[in-house]
Amino acid sequence: MERSHLHRQLVLARQTLFDQGYLDEQFIQLEELQDDANPNFVEEVVTLHYRDSARLIYNIEQALEKTALDFNKLDSYMHQFKGSSSSIGAKKVKAECTLFREYCRAGNGEGCMRSFQQLKKEYATLKRKLEAYFQLARQVGPIDTASRPK
Amino acid sequence: MSRNSVASMRWRSEMIDDMILSLSGDQDDVHVLAVDDSLVDRKVIERLLKISSCKVTAVDSGIRALEFLGLDGEKRTSGDGLDSLKVDLIITDYCMPEMTGYELLKKIKQSSTFREIPVVIMSSENIMARIDRCLEEGAEDFIVKPVKLSDVKRIRDYMATRDIRARKDEEGSNFNKREVTP
Repeated sequence: MERSHLHRQLVLARQTLFDQGYLDEQFIQLEELQDDANPNFVEEVVTLHYRDSARLIYNIEQALEKTALDFNKLDSYMHQFKGSSSSIGAKKVKAECTLFREYCRAGNGEGCMRSFQQLKKEYATLKRKLEAYFQLARQVGPIDTASRPK
Repeated sequence: MSRNSVASMRWRSEMIDDMILSLSGDQDDVHVLAVDDSLVDRKVIERLLKISSCKVTAVDSGIRALEFLGLDGEKRTSGDGLDSLKVDLIITDYCMPEMTGYELLKKIKQSSTFREIPVVIMSSENIMARIDRCLEEGAEDFIVKPVKLSDVKRIRDYMATRDIRARKDEEGSNFNKREVTP
């Protein structure tokens, strides 16, 4: 009984992530790559993303601290970061990345810094939500949790 | 004439699945060389390809790809080892440091040994000029990232029908060469 309650919670948590715009279709693509032989594929990819992107965030932070901003470098870091976020279906984070790149192209340092702060907030929020989601998924155990959103 | 109804597309896809089943065995598995500097994307493309019944070698740069192919100018003793490294398809990211996917594409097309290998370019940026340039340089296809299972299936189907057509040509049969258009 406990497990089916947890399962319902899991399904709801997942649906909410989509409904509230945190995740997009690409997350579902990753879920479709999961099977009995690779039951934790999504979590593995997401974990890899957070490990990899931490490095990029650090690089961007360092680059933003320079007195003379190198917009090409910033744009290049953000391009990589956006790609990685896009690959896990991080919808809101991806949108912030796009905004940041627009500021880069306009040579707007203030804009870059502001949008980066916002980006970090979205990034941290999604990370927290996904960590909670995967923890719940592990508690529920190996059940097919992917129910396609309407 | 091509019918675009869902039913005929599904039939074609099933037909291709059957063909792949009849072709597959260790020797006939499509071996794909995947090139991407992103750790996350390499993991995903590897899984997409494996799920589509392909053998995968994933490398993180154009330079490593050329090394793998033996195009880096390094002297090697030839031997049977080369057969097991036979690459049927190269799928590469466009934006990579040091050597872009476009530059890698050019190097491959300039090589008499490898120019026949189809090269597919992946890019997160849907820029017409970029796509045109790659296709002009001989790229087989251009995929906008993030890559989906349907993208990989399309390429695999192309590889399978390419193989079938090649075999039929060899056999010199009267097989009616209808175009299997996607």
